[in-house]
This record gives sequence, structure tokens and C-alpha cells, in this order.
Amino acid sequence: MNVHEYQAKGLLKSFQVPVPEGGLATTPAEARAVAERLGPGKYVVKAQIHAGGRGKGGGVKVVDSPQAAAEAAEQIIGMTLVTHQTGAAGKLVRKVWVEKATDIARELYLAVVLDRVAQRLAVMASPSGGMDIEEVAEKHPELIFTTHVEPGQALWPFQARKLLFGCGLTAAQVNAGTALVQNLVRLAWEKEATLVEINPLAVTGEGTLVALDGKINFDDSALKRHPEIAELEDPEETDPLERQAVKQGLNYIRLGGNVGTMVNGAGLAMATMDVIKMAGAEPANFLDVGGGASEEMVTKGFEVILSDPNVEAILINIFGGILRCDTLAAGVVAAAKKVKLSVPLVVRLEGTNVEAGREILAQSGLDFEVAGSMKEAAEKIAQVVAAAQAR
Amino acid sequence: MSILVNKDTRIVVQGLTGREGMFHTEKMIEYGTKIVAGVTPGKSGQTVLGVPVFDRVADAVRETGAEVSIVFVPAAFAADAACEASEAGCRLVVVITEHIPVMDMIRVKAFLNARGTLMIGPNCPGIITPEECKLGIMPGYIHKKGSVGLISRSGTLTYEVVHQLTSAGLGQSTCIGIGGDPVGGMNYIDLLKLFAEDPETEAVALIGEIGGDAEERAAAYIAEHFNKPVFGFVAGLTAPPGKRMGHAGAIISGSKGKASDKIAAMEAAGMTVVRALGDFGATVARKIR
Repeated sequence: MNVHEYQAKGLLKSFQVPVPEGGLATTPAEARAVAERLGPGKYVVKAQIHAGGRGKGGGVKVVDSPQAAAEAAEQIIGMTLVTHQTGAAGKLVRKVWVEKATDIARELYLAVVLDRVAQRLAVMASPSGGMDIEEVAEKHPELIFTTHVEPGQALWPFQARKLLFGCGLTAAQVNAGTALVQNLVRLAWEKEATLVEINPLAVTGEGTLVALDGKINFDDSALKRHPEIAELEDPEETDPLERQAVKQGLNYIRLGGNVGTMVNGAGLAMATMDVIKMAGAEPANFLDVGGGASEEMVTKGFEVILSDPNVEAILINIFGGILRCDTLAAGVVAAAKKVKLSVPLVVRLEGTNVEAGREILAQSGLDFEVAGSMKEAAEKIAQVVAAAQAR
Repeated sequence: MSILVNKDTRIVVQGLTGREGMFHTEKMIEYGTKIVAGVTPGKSGQTVLGVPVFDRVADAVRETGAEVSIVFVPAAFAADAACEASEAGCRLVVVITEHIPVMDMIRVKAFLNARGTLMIGPNCPGIITPEECKLGIMPGYIHKKGSVGLISRSGTLTYEVVHQLTSAGLGQSTCIGIGGDPVGGMNYIDLLKLFAEDPETEAVALIGEIGGDAEERAAAYIAEHFNKPVFGFVAGLTAPPGKRMGHAGAIISGSKGKASDKIAAMEAAGMTVVRALGDFGATVARKIR
């Protein structure tokens, strides 16, 4: 689960990581009020959406009066911000974070990340802050300093010093920064975050360290243990269809193509999306109805897929292992009747009792194309899509 | 021969008395798997499906000679169960459970490594040595004894591939689902090393998906050290970046973890990469016969 910058900064603050003073605003008047409360000086008005690259897209403005903060908020709130992380459709901005501008002397990068290779948390720092860290890693790997967190242990101060001296900080800054880095690791462990990123971490004109941005990803599997984190979720950040699917207990991701899919198992679901693409169409979604794939789940799956107006055909691909194909076929037929299926459907079934299952589909009186192999499914979906496009 | 498990492997089921544990234990016993004990704290003295239940894994190991554990315990308690099996001396723990928190798995991994315990999973279908030992939730009947080893991050996708291999007349030595989580037990390379030593395994199928760089690392290892033919498949060419595709580990982060990079690495390593999933069985059959 991702959170907004303002929520990340709130958490950073509660773990004694210095952040600029600020407040949230959903209207220009609120933005003005926040700026007035912060006192005279410059302010930064920042769009709050779950995506990076907001500055380049025009979602961050530096202003020098509460009136100008209100005007900036007026421009930003309601805009559809397109960045390299939002996709072409962009994201609607509903709120802004207004904070006191910081006097920046240097920008560093600091993050705690799950290192899949080392199979533990890593802490990374770089003197090249404010830039895309992947780009730094590629062009200047010598400018990235890394240390690993021993499982279940706090970070040793020497590990933090290794990073901070590497970034060229003064002895006094390293002292202050050591606690900051340790606190960041503590945040990741205690709240079970797989990414806590500060980019940039500013060294101010006075020589102090301040987190100017914050990005945190939480482990979905651990949210039950952290209700205070779970409630930070912003439903507006999720596609409405995906939100509806989650409520139904479905694992659904909208992709924008024209062929809907329903599959049991995540790996097979991805492979099925790829098959659709190879057949010359575009997958409309990822949908894993789970190993069980009950009639109830299939019905819900149909409902979600058909709510997407782009869908011109549906491919169901079920490998019935433990689950019997006849049970599943009966479920598909009942579900298709229930939702009054209106687009062509190709069903590919394989596994236990597959003959009985295909017979049920064939006898259903519904207009199903039934495929045996993966190969046949790909061919049939290509035909169905070509026919739909010819219409 | 086979790797990790065979007809003589003595197995303890943790979470035997739960719904999932009981359902799959029955299937495993039907397949001929030597299930010698179950563990559910507080339920010792019971016999379920003809299997004695113990409070602690250590009791099960002492009383029945169990050497391998399979974990069906719910996510909140699964990490604890895996560590208990390790402490009790099991040489291998297979964790089927999905949605175990990553921080738990980081600690489990350290605990097991310190005791020399091997782990498969979590969030996986398990291991099967066809016609000998089914240690997991996969449908047994699609498998056939033979010479293709299989390693995969997925469940039903693996069944699809196995079914194609069997239909093409190609049996399997051992099939391992290593699971779809970012932190887990044995990886592709660990298992390739075992397959290299196994005289029965003549070729390996390596089934990958988006996220991380385990496939790239496996490919590099294969290019340098592995001499048997390896057939690759990677799911998720059409997956968008930044979205978790069902499995916790199946996510393209920034520019990392793309299917196209994995396929390129596999091809550069001399592996045969199958693009169209429907062709997998036929491709392997054509190349190794």
C-alpha cells in the first residue's frame, strides 16, 4: 500500500525525522490559511497524488505569500497531473500540501528498501539527491552507498556513519544524521514498510538535515497488524473498478485493452494476458479468481469485467487441478446467465473431469467458444476479436 | 533419483487439523506420500486421517522420525511454525501459506540459515517427485515420472506446463514451486545446483514471472555452470509497471523486473525460451528427443 507525501511526512515526524512544517489543503482558502499559520516567508505548494515526478508536471510551486499559495492551490487542485509514473491518463489532484520553503544547501538521497537479492532490508544513501536514483545507480554507481540491516536488529551507528561520511557530510551532520538513519530503519521495521524513501534529504543553509519529500510503501500482508497504517489508504487513488473488485475479494487490475480475462492463479493470469497480446488483441485486465474459482467468484468476476466499457470479448482460462472442471463449467454457465453475458466468450478448461466440463458448456445453450489447449484458446480469441473489429 | 524428496521421505504436517491442512493431507496420502505426523499445538493425542497429532514439532520428530515439514498454518502464525520445524531439526520446511508478512520472512530466513534448514516457499504449491512423493497442493495426476526437472514461481502456470510436458510424453524428475514472494527459501540457482547433481534429470524447465532479477541471475549461472538443457518461460510481458500482479513479488519497480529483460537474459545464456505458452511441451519434446 502506498500513502501520500503528507502522510509519509507525518510518519517520519513521529519517528523523529525532521520535516518542514506544513499543512494539508483541499481548497485555495485552506491553502492560504495554512500559509498564514506557518508565518511569513516562502512556501511550497505540492500536489498530493501517488506518483513521482510531480514537479516536472507542474504540480509543485514555490510562492512567497499566503495569497500566492492560494493562487497556486487554485491552479493545482482539480488539475490532471501527468508524470512519468501516472501513465498517459494522469491523475486528478484533490489536495495539496503547503509547507514552509527550506533553504537548501545540498540534496541527498536516503532510503530503506527491501533488497530482494540480499533478502533483507538495505539502507541506501547518495550525495546525488533530488534525482532519479535508478539513473544515478546506472551512470554513477560509485555515488551510491549501501548497508544491510541484520534481520530483527537495529542499525548499528557505524553503518549509518559509513553512508553519511560517504555522502560527504561534516562530523556534526553525521552525528545528527546517524540517529535519523537509525530512526528510518526503525520506522521500516515497526510499521513493516518495504520502502521508506527520502528524496531529497536536504542539508539546509544552517547545516541541519530535513526530509523534503517522503515515499513509503507498506507490506499489504502486514496491514492487519497496523490498523493505523491501513486507515491511511486513499481509495481515490485506486481505479474505481479496481476498488469495486477489491470489495468483492477479487484480485483485479485494469489494463485498458479490449479482451477481458478471468483466470485461476496469478502466474497463469499473466501468461493469459500475454497470450491475448500475441493473438493481436490487448488484455483489458488482470483477474485472478483464486485457485478455488467458485460460481460466486466467477459471477463477481464477470460483473467487474463487464463494467469496463472497452471489453469486446472475454477469455476464461481455468486450469482445474484440485477443482473439478464440471463444477467449474456449471459455475460459468450459471454466472453467464445471471449477468446476461453480452460479449463473445472463449472458455478454455483443462484438468480434472474436463470432458464433462466441456459437455456442460456445449449444452448450455449459450454462445461459448470452447478451447482445449492454450494454443487453441489463443487462436479462438484472435478470431473472436477479428470478428468484433470487422463489425 | 530426484531432488529434495522421494518415496522414503518422512513428513510432518504443521496445521494438519485445519481445513486446508486436512484437505491436502488427504490428497497427499492418497498419492502415496509418507505423512508420519501432524502438529497442532493443544491437539496432541488425536489421530487425524490415521496420522498421530503432536503439540510440538520436536515431539513429532522424536516419535516418528519426521525429517521434512510442510506448513499449512495461517499467515499470522506461519513464520513461527517454520522456525519451530527448523529448531526441531527438520532438514527441509515447505511453506504453502500465502500473505506472510515480509518482515517475518526476513527473520525466518535468518533463523533457518543459522540452523542449516532448507526452505521452499512461502506462497507456493510445494514440491512433487512424481509417483513417489507429493508434498504440496498441486494436482498429482497431471505428473508423470521422468527426466525433466521444473522450477517455478507460480502455481497454476506450473500445472499448465507440467500438463503439457506429460501430454507430450515427457515425465518429470522433481517439480518445485519456489513461490511468488519477494523473500523466501531456495531460489532458482540453489535448485539448479541440485538438478546438476541429479543423474535422472536430463533437462530443466524454468518458469519465471515479472519482478526482481532472480531469472537474470539464474540465466547468468546457467551460462557459466549448468550443462543440461534449460527451457524458459516468463509470464507478464503485458504487465504494467508499478502494479503488483497477484503475487507479492510480481511487480515491475521503475525499470527493474520486466519480462522482456528476463527473456533477453535467458536467451543470452543459451536457454531455449518459449514465447507462446501453448508451445512449451512440444518445444521441449522436439529439443530433447
